[in-house]
Amino acid sequence: MAKKGDWVMIHNIVLKPEERSANLPEDTKKVPLEMWVKGYLQSDAKLGDTVTVITRTGRTAVGELVDEAPHYEHSFGSLVPEVLKIGDTVRKILFGGEAK
Amino acid sequence: MKDMSYNGVMSRKNEIMRTAVGMDYSLFERGKIAFDYEAMMAATGYDIDELVRIQGLFSVGHTPIIELKNLTALARRCAPAGKGARIFVKDEATNPSGSFKARRSATSVYQAKTHGYKGIIAATSGNYGAAVASHAAMAGLKCIVVQECYDSKGIGQPEIIEKARKCEALGAEVVQLTVGPELFYTFLKLLEETGYFNASLYTPFGIAGIETLGYEIVHQFRAKLGKDPDVVVCTNAGGGNLTGTARGLRKAGCSAKVVGASVSLAGLHMASDTQFNKKSFTTGHTGFGVPFTTNPDRSDVPRSAGRPLRYMDRYVTVTQGSVFYITECLASLEGLEKGPAGNTALAAAFKLAQEMDEDQIIVVQETEYTGAGKHINPQLWFARQNGIDIHFGDPKDEVPGKSIILPEHPSLIDVTDVDMDHLRHSRIKNAVGDKIFELTDTDIEYLVAETNTDEAYVNAVLEELKKGAKA
Repeated sequence: MAKKGDWVMIHNIVLKPEERSANLPEDTKKVPLEMWVKGYLQSDAKLGDTVTVITRTGRTAVGELVDEAPHYEHSFGSLVPEVLKIGDTVRKILFGGEAK
Repeated sequence: MKDMSYNGVMSRKNEIMRTAVGMDYSLFERGKIAFDYEAMMAATGYDIDELVRIQGLFSVGHTPIIELKNLTALARRCAPAGKGARIFVKDEATNPSGSFKARRSATSVYQAKTHGYKGIIAATSGNYGAAVASHAAMAGLKCIVVQECYDSKGIGQPEIIEKARKCEALGAEVVQLTVGPELFYTFLKLLEETGYFNASLYTPFGIAGIETLGYEIVHQFRAKLGKDPDVVVCTNAGGGNLTGTARGLRKAGCSAKVVGASVSLAGLHMASDTQFNKKSFTTGHTGFGVPFTTNPDRSDVPRSAGRPLRYMDRYVTVTQGSVFYITECLASLEGLEKGPAGNTALAAAFKLAQEMDEDQIIVVQETEYTGAGKHINPQLWFARQNGIDIHFGDPKDEVPGKSIILPEHPSLIDVTDVDMDHLRHSRIKNAVGDKIFELTDTDIEYLVAETNTDEAYVNAVLEELKKGAKA
């Protein structure tokens, strides 16, 4: 349950598949154009409710409540061992084996 | 009640843009297909000194030039004797928002502020959003950034998600969309709803702002080495970076060769939902570079101020694996950790330097900031999670969307020339459209400038097109 004033994310379908531009690849034509916006919730609501938010520029936007506390989880990823090898290789070429 | 349907909003495009840019593009139209590019650029009212002053208000510009001595030494190990030009980079990542896009944004935000707009909107998934958000924060303007960010499964490109974070950190509202060119529809609706200024990447304000980059390069080299660079390499996507830089070089009286470089994403469709997360570069690639070179007016303003074919002497592509590789070399050999996309031109310069003499100078005119999401490690990791085969080998075997091949040895980093003749032919064909039998002298003159050729060249292409039109 999200409370009035909470920072939330809403979702909208901007264009249904049949409303989309004619000039699209087949795979994109089959899916809707979707949009996500964040803002301050204007009344208590639960996930899936149609709600109103006020965005950081002060716009009013309406949509389906999809996240009660949106945050970022992007990272530097897991180990990609090839990256280490690149550095080792070029250092060896320039400075010899001991620089490894 | 206004018609807010897709067709209704699109039909108001020109009127919405006139209000949102404060420029009547119809004033520059000439002949049947031509327009007066220089008159449009002059309509900003800002000369180079004024551009420098405006950017100074936002602490933009005067970025350092760094000689990449170890990378040059590595290139010389791969080159024939006596070859291997000195490689320099202009560290544009040191601009407040972390990229050269700050130059593009400062003039737009200044224009918006001084002309009474309350806010500013930009449609961009790239570094430009951060630049606009940063300057809007400095100027006390509201800011909305509209991004193409997710595929239909809701999976976002890590690089774009990082841009969203940065824009929000700088106080902007970020509107995120799934894949598709109808982003423009949402963008127009927001412009109409808010009355904000359109900080398009392609207005004369944006492109004029980049002129200071080329201008600074020339003055820095003259001060540091007493001579001009021989070659300047620009990562090319929408064409603005190359156009602005080349104009700045010329304004400083420098005749360095200008080379465009893009990451090859051959075979991938930019508007494809399923291919969206199969690529590891969201800009600086051929999916933008080629169409914007041959048809610059496909942007979000009636006439784009980015017109790269007027200025590029050569256009090359490099592979995704080569750009990732050179990004790691920059960190390992030069102690400079930068974002991969900005290093597209560096991968090209590494090879181009090997064609040049040791006493010559090649300059890569940008770097960009790096961080979670937009860094070689998360981008390779994301690719691997999306089923892309990553291995060492010969980059020429890379298939975009299927593999990323890291060069087994730095000597395998190569460039592929894009056929300039083909680009020019295509540019003329696109510009002419169905007006082939109606062209005036003004139009011919325009096509000569658009393709950086001469009248004989343009006429020969037109004759060929006429034969096709009759047949």
